[in-house]
Amino acid sequence: MADLKTLVLGRKDVADLDEETELPHELMTVNMGPSHPAMHGTVRIILTVDGEKVVKSDVQPGYLHRCFEKESEYATYTQIFPYTDRLNYVSPMINNVGYAMAVEKLLGLTGKLPARAEYIRVIVSEVSRITDHMTCVGASAMELGAFGPFLFLLKCREWLYELLEKVSGARLTHSYVRVGGVAKDLPDGWTDELLYTLSQIDPVLVEVEGLLNNNKIFFDRMNGIGRMTREEAIKWGQTGPIARACGLDYDVRKDHPYSVYPELEFDVPVGTRGDCLDRYLVRVEEIKQSMRILRQAIAKLPDGPIMVDDHRVALPPKRDTYNTIESMIRHFKHIMDGIRVPAGEGYTFVEGGNGELGFFVVSDGTGRPYKCYVRSPSFVHLQTSGNLIHGHFIADVVPIFGMINMIGGECDK
Amino acid sequence: MGVEVTTSRLGDAAAWAKRVKEESRGLKGIPNWGRKFSLFSYPFVTACCGMEFMSVAAPKYDIARFGAEFPRFSPRQSDLLMVVGTIVEKQGPALRRVWEQMAEPKFVIAFGVCASTGGFYQNYSAMPGCDQVIPVDVYIPGCPPRPEQVLDALILLQERIQDGIGHSQLRLKREQLAHAEADE
Amino acid sequence: MSKKVLDALVAKFGDAIEKVEQVHGDEVAWIKRDKLTAVATALRDDAALAFDAPVFVTCIDRLDWKPVGVPPSEAWTEDKPRFEVCYQLRSTKHKHRIRLKIALPENDARLASLTPIWVGFDWQERETFDMYGIRFEGHPDLRRIYMYEEFVGYPLRKDYPKDKRQPLVRRPDLV
Repeated sequence: MADLKTLVLGRKDVADLDEETELPHELMTVNMGPSHPAMHGTVRIILTVDGEKVVKSDVQPGYLHRCFEKESEYATYTQIFPYTDRLNYVSPMINNVGYAMAVEKLLGLTGKLPARAEYIRVIVSEVSRITDHMTCVGASAMELGAFGPFLFLLKCREWLYELLEKVSGARLTHSYVRVGGVAKDLPDGWTDELLYTLSQIDPVLVEVEGLLNNNKIFFDRMNGIGRMTREEAIKWGQTGPIARACGLDYDVRKDHPYSVYPELEFDVPVGTRGDCLDRYLVRVEEIKQSMRILRQAIAKLPDGPIMVDDHRVALPPKRDTYNTIESMIRHFKHIMDGIRVPAGEGYTFVEGGNGELGFFVVSDGTGRPYKCYVRSPSFVHLQTSGNLIHGHFIADVVPIFGMINMIGGECDK
Repeated sequence: MGVEVTTSRLGDAAAWAKRVKEESRGLKGIPNWGRKFSLFSYPFVTACCGMEFMSVAAPKYDIARFGAEFPRFSPRQSDLLMVVGTIVEKQGPALRRVWEQMAEPKFVIAFGVCASTGGFYQNYSAMPGCDQVIPVDVYIPGCPPRPEQVLDALILLQERIQDGIGHSQLRLKREQLAHAEADE
Repeated sequence: MSKKVLDALVAKFGDAIEKVEQVHGDEVAWIKRDKLTAVATALRDDAALAFDAPVFVTCIDRLDWKPVGVPPSEAWTEDKPRFEVCYQLRSTKHKHRIRLKIALPENDARLASLTPIWVGFDWQERETFDMYGIRFEGHPDLRRIYMYEEFVGYPLRKDYPKDKRQPLVRRPDLV
């Protein structure tokens, strides 16, 4: 028998097991991505694992680098709006608003927009923020196995897409905002439909929270995973729901208020532990706070013009364009040359779905920007993900990555 | 061949497609009928079109009623590669490798104008269409395309599969004929 | 925003600061290249300034800078430095912000990395290197981030044409 054991196992006795190294201790390299179901958008992570535990990781973005900056140097200020849509493509209106505000700062129009335009911008931004958080929570839940909440949240997202389509003409890439206001006014009855949709979303949120919050599987997979402390969050430049989940109370809408946010009442949810579960809870609570903002903004929505009355940025009314030569030439110059922004530079930031979304615009006095840099929150957040997954299992990469909400278009610009 | 002058590869392809279509009628078309109604897709999702892909799979536009709902995230197990979103030069080798790993017959849908021709991204990084690296059967324009467009493209692809004129099927047919001629 | 940040900075580092200005409500300080690390460390550690959060780092390439509506002397000429690296910092406690600008000539585009001071600049400095070719000395891992390793050139420089592709792989039957 002992000879058989030696023959099969290559050792003499069980007691020898401790002395000999039976299992190989080499680290293994595993490649995740760039085409991977859990890598939202497309990111490549090269993991060095010891068994299942991640020892080292190399996160490689850049698989969606679509050259927003280079394209914006060749396009007029208004032609850049479609490019900004595709930055954070789950909350496109917020990108539009941020970029419009950056150009308006260089023109000196900050705070001079008509109230109706500002309120419409806030309303569509918050609707976009709700779609962003719904997509993030839904996709992350689906990757952990909870397919039901994904479908419920996508159902709500469809209602919101239909509403945004009525306003702008497109379901996803709206290009609705313009420098100095918005492109078109809201259709009749749109605010009533939005209120009705919000009242339909409330029970769905209750349902989704009921499925996920106290669900042992979801809780175990998210609790304590990917912890980040408040100091680390500041050091790494984190903003948005990730920083708020760590206890860092920073929200651009409250700390550096812009547009009409000072007139609206809302709370900013702040977490305590900084793990994936807190990020999820912060996002769900932010959906509810956004709905609260929307209800107030709809109630306060004034009548009036939707574009500032400044000949430098506003297109002339169609009646004048077709009937007077001066307006036709002005229209032509606006479209062909672009808005003439005086030479200068400025950095404007708004609260995007992921955090502080900033636009650093350098203009040289012509109708095309000299440089238009996007400070994208996803890019800054993704650099920490390499640290967050250390010491966790390969399976924990999925919830960590999902809750960082890296949007490929924003990360890779 | 007489005095028939084939002036372009396209003319050749049309005659060839007609011949293949006639040969896939009746009982011979049953395997294709099975293929078209049970497409296992590999969603190679990169960008914003991914959101519309999610909407197509969601209850309202429901791709499941066409049999194509089941995403298999392994190229070995799928037969429809949906290239969803912009392909950049850095991604090229990965896309080519994924396509090569799929088993024949395989079909490719270029979802969105970025995957078809590059869209309005004409720059140093974005590839002008994914057909620079892989052959594409159906192109869906739109930025992003409406879910109804996607379903229309899927039905178009299903018709092509039934007629046996997808790129992969024609390639297989050509190889079979080449083998048959070599044996003679 | 407040001017006292700029005043405090000038009072402390008179000789390291070339110029301070307020542009559209942003505070901007031009720092001399070799004094950057000292100024940055003080900005982080000083209790009244307390800039603890990094915001962004990027670079402006002034090669085609011919602004309209300002005197012609503002345009770029060969003797002026070509690159301006911009660092934006934020203070969590005092809620003020500052932009540091460092002018670099084309033939010597090197700069001390601020990653050891604010680790959040890690990837953004890699991006600036990838796009403009600014070498950050002291960066833990300076390699390309958006473009692939085989790419030649720095794409966001003004002399790199927008459409110049360098394909990695093409279909073998593509004519």
